Amino acid sequence: MKLILDIAFTHVFTRVRQTLVGMIGVAMGVGFSVMMASLMEGSQRDFVAQLVDSLPHITVSDERRNPPRQPAQDVYAAVEFKGLRTPVTRPGIKNPYAIMASLEAWLSGAAAPSVASRAVIRYAGRDTAASVTGIDPRRERSVSKLPTQIRQGTLEALYKSSNAIILGDKLASKIGARVGNTITLVSGTGQVLSCTVVALLHSGLSQADETQAYTLIKTAQILAGQTGLVNAIRIRTTDIMAARVVAQRIEAQTGYKAVSWQEANEDLLSAFQIRNFIMYTVVGAIVLVASFGTYNIISTITHEKTRDIAILKSLGFTEATVRMIFLIESLLIGLAGTIAGWILGYVLCRMLGSVEFKSPFMDATTLPLYYTPVHYLLAGAVAMTASAIAGYLPARKAASVHPVEIIRGAS
Amino acid sequence: MTGAPTRAGESPTRDTTTTHAPAVDARPLLELRKVTKTIGDGVLTTLVADIDLVIRSGEFVAVTGPSGSGKSSLLYLLGLLDIPTSGEVLVEDRSVNTLNEAARAQIRLATIGFVFQFHFLLPEFSALANVMLPMRALGRLRDQAMRERATALLVSLGLEDHAHKLPGQMSGGQRQRVAIARALANEPQVILADEPTGNLDTHSSEQVLSIFRRLVDDTGRAIVMVTHDLDLANRADRHVRIVDGRLA
Repeated sequence: MKLILDIAFTHVFTRVRQTLVGMIGVAMGVGFSVMMASLMEGSQRDFVAQLVDSLPHITVSDERRNPPRQPAQDVYAAVEFKGLRTPVTRPGIKNPYAIMASLEAWLSGAAAPSVASRAVIRYAGRDTAASVTGIDPRRERSVSKLPTQIRQGTLEALYKSSNAIILGDKLASKIGARVGNTITLVSGTGQVLSCTVVALLHSGLSQADETQAYTLIKTAQILAGQTGLVNAIRIRTTDIMAARVVAQRIEAQTGYKAVSWQEANEDLLSAFQIRNFIMYTVVGAIVLVASFGTYNIISTITHEKTRDIAILKSLGFTEATVRMIFLIESLLIGLAGTIAGWILGYVLCRMLGSVEFKSPFMDATTLPLYYTPVHYLLAGAVAMTASAIAGYLPARKAASVHPVEIIRGAS
Repeated sequence: MTGAPTRAGESPTRDTTTTHAPAVDARPLLELRKVTKTIGDGVLTTLVADIDLVIRSGEFVAVTGPSGSGKSSLLYLLGLLDIPTSGEVLVEDRSVNTLNEAARAQIRLATIGFVFQFHFLLPEFSALANVMLPMRALGRLRDQAMRERATALLVSLGLEDHAHKLPGQMSGGQRQRVAIARALANEPQVILADEPTGNLDTHSSEQVLSIFRRLVDDTGRAIVMVTHDLDLANRADRHVRIVDGRLA
């Protein structure tokens, strides 16, 4: 084996220019693959993180997956009923605090009640629609990032006045309201409330900042015209990936519809799968193209070395040995290119990561890049496999050289 | 050292012009029995036909004949580089016709040494490394022993100052002597030389011939040398003439 390595190393290192060209080809392929994978996965993870941060991991709502059974179905053993109307039920989750207590007994995470309602905000002669969410500030802290998104005030300021409200900063600027101003809320049921703006909210997501408002639960219940109403329990799990399983268990336990963040964004996540497939196809294609350079170089070396191959075989080298020599040469180029490509990929990622982007819809941000050894190993594995194949084909051809034909040709 | 000839340039131990018949009981090393080799797909060309030839140890055989008569083909068949179309090739009384490529390569490595008209040294390797190649491929010796043996061979062929030179830094005669040293590296029983002096000047040719002579006389190896030069052929122990692929 040492002899094979010696010959392979000698061939590769005495052809510096060719070796460098092949190596650079592989390095570019690996480097750009790493950069692309880092960028794609970074943007995906960043998006998911924002999604997960801005929304509860699980939302238990006062809906049910299937319509409730008709009382008549429980009484009569009939095959089918026609003309029955679904009974009117009072909206909201029954005994929400008891349910939260029972959930918190086993789930790893925290739960908070909320009241979701819609209202028109009226101020200075302007009307604009808003989503008003009634929250419990003490519990809210453990289920969302809301406290960190508050500007010009605190979440606890909701306790300061009877009808306090926190507005999204863009919503506030749209209607011209400032902290301390009193605005009017008109609900769909005709309830009218005067509220004092006690803080502003800046989540970074333009749509949320333009439409979202937070009040105490009691205020939202008045707005909805129903005291004691809690129409959602929001849950934050310690392990975000366990949210789907936890949601199923909650649903089985309470009977209420529990939607995990994965289920809520199912279409988005499946789009990510397609995106990943495209990404890895492109990454593979980049490295594959680079491997053509290696193929070309090994083909050239084997062509130039035909006489040497003939003489090695006449000395007693087997076909397998000759094949191994050129395969190792290809792998050496692939390995050197892979290592250089890893460095190139890392440098490219660092450079891209330092570029700042500004958007009217979001805060100034840098490109989200995700660093993981998996990208490097994957690109390296593809490059080495491609190099092995690129080397094997000419190596096989070289090994099948009939020494007599070459020796005759030379003489 | 066993197998290494005496230094090039020293007086040969015997008169090389004297023909010398090997003992009839010398053991056969290589044998061709009714060997024929044809090539071509549609139109067949016969390279050698119905050849019966035995090469014994301690024998210096010269093969001559006109261009295209099949001299080199005969040598390649003897050296297991080529497979006969019909007939049998035996190495030390053992038929090798049915052996696979790897087994024939192993026999070639251990039993047969080749010297060609062109030296065919690996250009990126020094003379010493080239001589060590067959030993390393065979893998019977340790690195140090291989190095010592290769050095001794180069010294015995008058190349002690050229051991670390690349082939491109040596003259034609020196390169051919390195090729001979490489052929001797694994102490083969037989050396097959295809026009070994074809590209050399008279002085270098004489050197090569005297090396071959000493190898036969001192170490009992067999040498089969293909040559156009009748003067050189006449200095061998046996002269085999081949015409149109048949022994004349």
